Amino acid sequence: MAEKVVNQEMIKPENLVYQKTKVLNDNVMHYCPGCGHGTAHRIIAEVIEEMDIQSEIIGIAPVGCSVLMYNYFNVDMQEAAHGRAPAVGTAVKRLLPEKFVFTYQGDGDLAAIGTAETIHACNRGENITMFFINNGIYGMTGGQMAPTTLEGMKSSTSPYGRDIPMMGNPLKMTELVAQLPGTCYVTRQAVHDPSHVRKTKKAVRKALEYQKKNMGTSFIEIVSNCNSGWKMAPVEANNWMVENMFPFFPLGDLKVPEEK
Amino acid sequence: MAKVKGTIVVDIEKCKGCEICVTACPTSVISMSVEVNGKGYPYAYLNDPDGCTGCSNCAIVCPDGVITVYRQKIG
Amino acid sequence: MEEYKLMKGNEAIAEAAIRAGTDGYFGYPITPQSEVMEYLMAEKPHERTGMVVLQAESEVASINMLYGGAAAGKKVFTSSSSPGVSLMQEGISYIAGAELPCLIVNVARGGPGLGTIQPGQADYFQATKGGGHGDYNLIVLAPASVQEMADFVSLSYDLAFKYRNPVMILSDGAIGQMMEKVKFKEQEPRMKTPPDWATVGKPADRGPNIITSLDLDPARQERFNHKLQEKYKKIREKEILFEEIDCEDADYAFVAYGTSARICQKSMQLAREEGIKVGLFRPITLWPFPYEQVTRLSKKIKGMLSVELSAGQMVEDVRLAVEGKIKVHHYGRMGGMIPTPEEIVLALKKQIIGG
Repeated sequence: MAEKVVNQEMIKPENLVYQKTKVLNDNVMHYCPGCGHGTAHRIIAEVIEEMDIQSEIIGIAPVGCSVLMYNYFNVDMQEAAHGRAPAVGTAVKRLLPEKFVFTYQGDGDLAAIGTAETIHACNRGENITMFFINNGIYGMTGGQMAPTTLEGMKSSTSPYGRDIPMMGNPLKMTELVAQLPGTCYVTRQAVHDPSHVRKTKKAVRKALEYQKKNMGTSFIEIVSNCNSGWKMAPVEANNWMVENMFPFFPLGDLKVPEEK
Repeated sequence: MAKVKGTIVVDIEKCKGCEICVTACPTSVISMSVEVNGKGYPYAYLNDPDGCTGCSNCAIVCPDGVITVYRQKIG
Repeated sequence: MEEYKLMKGNEAIAEAAIRAGTDGYFGYPITPQSEVMEYLMAEKPHERTGMVVLQAESEVASINMLYGGAAAGKKVFTSSSSPGVSLMQEGISYIAGAELPCLIVNVARGGPGLGTIQPGQADYFQATKGGGHGDYNLIVLAPASVQEMADFVSLSYDLAFKYRNPVMILSDGAIGQMMEKVKFKEQEPRMKTPPDWATVGKPADRGPNIITSLDLDPARQERFNHKLQEKYKKIREKEILFEEIDCEDADYAFVAYGTSARICQKSMQLAREEGIKVGLFRPITLWPFPYEQVTRLSKKIKGMLSVELSAGQMVEDVRLAVEGKIKVHHYGRMGGMIPTPEEIVLALKKQIIGG
């Protein structure tokens, strides 16, 4: 490991306060600099480590930028067809009900091609945890318009901005699944700054705890950036996200289980 | 009151130079290098050995998990 | 010893699946195979064996549930009919590409499009030549009786797990709906130990199991394709099943599977009453197709008539096997129509004997 070390004398195991979780391996992630996927992966992995469920969890990867996420997680994983992770996860959980199952999908995967699978898994109340990374664009295929692309937002297939009469409205999937009786916990979070990362991590923990208690589908949207697709530097993209994405996709809990 | 002092270790070759840690640092002690790593990215480094409190903000926002944080009480 | 039961083909598949130790069924209703899930739901296999039965939101979801269940190392199956199986093709390609064992039952009907709900055999190409994208093959079994509907379930699982490959039972609406006597095997226990490749949660003493059909490195993807082709070669060498009826003294042969093979047996009898010596060659595995066996038969006879409920699909494989050495023609009815034994004899006379 090449490093520029300052305060060498402090680097002792007893002083260690933060290091990357062992539930992620050492492969360099293929994501663009500053991409929220990496942070989202890491906090899911940290919660898996903290709950000590690494040997009991199966992850379902999507098609999209995070298609290769199984290259980074030290857990058993399956790679689903585009949009079908909730169907795949449904079967895994029903056949291995004592194990934990999570799906991880982007906006194109979860809210366009996989809308039916998303809604029906949530409506049946499949006892799985679904992560929904919403960056308002198709990142992997080169920045095309997504179901969540904002009005007026430019993409390679809405080069003059999303025109609602012509291209339809952006879809608030999280609000939609919050209406369904099968979901127990529905929340929208972000991972662009330390306080939001901490909040999101708490949400991930809650979601997996609810799964442990067989409470139904837990659904976490993470509003994220796409520096390449948005054609912005990472920090600039995060600022743009705060100013433009959050008003339309407001952060916070949409549904929380009643405390017993 | 005991003062805390911290330091970070950046895995330079895995840093992609996104600068999100720079904005997350409450004491503004992280800078980007002038030279680049093997991938061609400038990388984050601690520019002030006395300014880091070991709060871990930089590490928890790092998308690539390249920052390790140490913290020690002094005095 | 257990007694015979009188059952529909679709029900026999369902009962046989419970007894074969199936872990999960995922399906979506479509005529003429809806009795499969209806029977399963009524039988409460979750109480009998712990088997999961789930009515999915679509065939697309069903096949992807199969992917997930199979990747968890479980014995899983789905059933559908032609339009539904078309919807499943993407998922089947992924299952083949991820080398997952499972059973897909197609109780085929007339097409194309929504077609009809009556029996058809026009899905032969789809079943045997890939169906979805990429170079892959399913093992395809064609039952010709309710008994075979039942027997082929455990055979399918054996082949699926032996080769880590999806298996299809290609039946049709006639065999699915008809009632016949059937004898079932004893209840097999469900699998206790998952295969070592299954994604069941990573214990500390091994690395993660990954089930995927993706490899962005073309050289590796090509190597994987070679590996698949090696597997298919082995299946071709070892797993061909067929039946020959009255071929020893035959001058001609019908080549037919499933419902068509049943009708052809009556046609044989009618033809032999007229002094025409006809045999029946019935492929049981449609993939791998018994090319060599058809070639061998072709050397002893003067002509073959491929009888199918389609515009002529299997006849192409028969012609490949015969290599132009004798006359090969197709006779069939389409879109849910079924030929009478008499019209098949007439076709033999016109197209093969007199033609």
